[in-house]
Amino acid sequence: MSWCELPGYWLGLEVLERYGCRMADGLVITMQLVAISSLLGFFLAVGLALLRLRGPRPVRWAIAGYTTFFRGTPLLCQLFLIYYGLGTFRLFWQDVGLWWFFRDPLYCCLLAFTINTAAYQAEILRGSLQALPKGQIEAARALGMRPVAIFIKVEMPQALIIGLRPLGNELITMIKVSAIASLVTLFDLMGATRLAFARSFDLSIYLVAALIYLALVEIVRRIWNQMEARLTRHMVLR
Amino acid sequence: MEKVLTLLSFGDQGWGDELLQGAMVTISVALATLPFGLTLGLLIALASRSKSRWISGFATLYTTVFRGVPELLTLYIIYFGGQILIQRLWSGLGFEGSLSISPFLAGMVALGLVLAAFSSEVWVGALNSIHIGQREGAAALGLSRGQAFRLVVFPQLMRVALPGLGNNWMVLLKETSLVSVITLHDIMFIATRANVSTKEPFIFFSAALALYFFFSLLSAWGIGRMETRLNRGYVR
Repeated sequence: MSWCELPGYWLGLEVLERYGCRMADGLVITMQLVAISSLLGFFLAVGLALLRLRGPRPVRWAIAGYTTFFRGTPLLCQLFLIYYGLGTFRLFWQDVGLWWFFRDPLYCCLLAFTINTAAYQAEILRGSLQALPKGQIEAARALGMRPVAIFIKVEMPQALIIGLRPLGNELITMIKVSAIASLVTLFDLMGATRLAFARSFDLSIYLVAALIYLALVEIVRRIWNQMEARLTRHMVLR
Repeated sequence: MEKVLTLLSFGDQGWGDELLQGAMVTISVALATLPFGLTLGLLIALASRSKSRWISGFATLYTTVFRGVPELLTLYIIYFGGQILIQRLWSGLGFEGSLSISPFLAGMVALGLVLAAFSSEVWVGALNSIHIGQREGAAALGLSRGQAFRLVVFPQLMRVALPGLGNNWMVLLKETSLVSVITLHDIMFIATRANVSTKEPFIFFSAALALYFFFSLLSAWGIGRMETRLNRGYVR
């Protein structure tokens, strides 16, 4: 008996014992999807937020349009457009050598999730950067710091304090919303759960999945509290 | 280009009218969920301010669960769970045959439960912003508790809560796309079906995105108008 069958064995849940290993594999895929897309999305969002604030005017408008569009439409629809819609241009992708990417539901999910969360995170970072007092940048300039150093050492640490909670909420939203990956044939946690239910008609497997998702969200919440304590350790808040 | 127009046209050839019907379903689900979810959310918010630890504990548990579980999972649990429950009741009462739960009702309940959890946070913040003197003043004028809430507290509450509730509405509008998985004929369902029969996913999912985007922009505009109206007594 392998380790992933044990929780079901201990709980006396036959479904969980039988599909425990698939659920564990699904959990790994869910975590990969969320971690990779949120991280890529974050780096993308930093650039987008900067260009949105300080880029040339047409670029600012383009980025405003991008964030409005991706925050104003359902992720499910964006995912279907990428997976099914872009998949129809098979000959073109084969010509440019990218067919391996658009053929795979995992990569399509990663792409859809990344561009979606980047739009949300960019808006959060834009708000946080805008909220910083102007004197911070002026003082840094007066000290002779270069723009890049000012951004990394003065602006970002302070903007992250303001944006930390909303960014954590966005990560939690991504964990929850990643469940739709199961609708493009991917066996993430939700996909494995759907499979288990479809074969056993035992509703308790859905409740188990709900508890796993709740646990994931709770872990993120605690990590975020720790991070907040660390980022604000120089401030008197309590 | 001509092909695109034919596919999206109204009538037998195109899917334009079907997509618009889907849009009607999307809007109906969202509008039907709104009063249910917001009222439940306000009740949860009032419960979380209760002096009884059991009641406020229940409110905390409720918001933690429904804010932490994926909407898709909630939808499945309500739909299939409701199905099994109703079937048991039906057979338990000694009837034969099968009874099924309507996808519309299941979608409305599931999305409403989630909306209640998220909107209760907004309500709590708004309730906290209203000074106790407002209730005391209303009582001093001889208004009953119900009148005080309806005439004094609620109008001020709405002004503070509207931006947050507006956000809740925008999220709800996008979440309705999930009801397509329990066979409700909304925009996503129609687009998927059109894709199956015409093999033109790019056109139909683009059209679906455009419809959702239109409704989002319309909502943002409407919410902005409402905010201006509720703020008319305040100098900026």
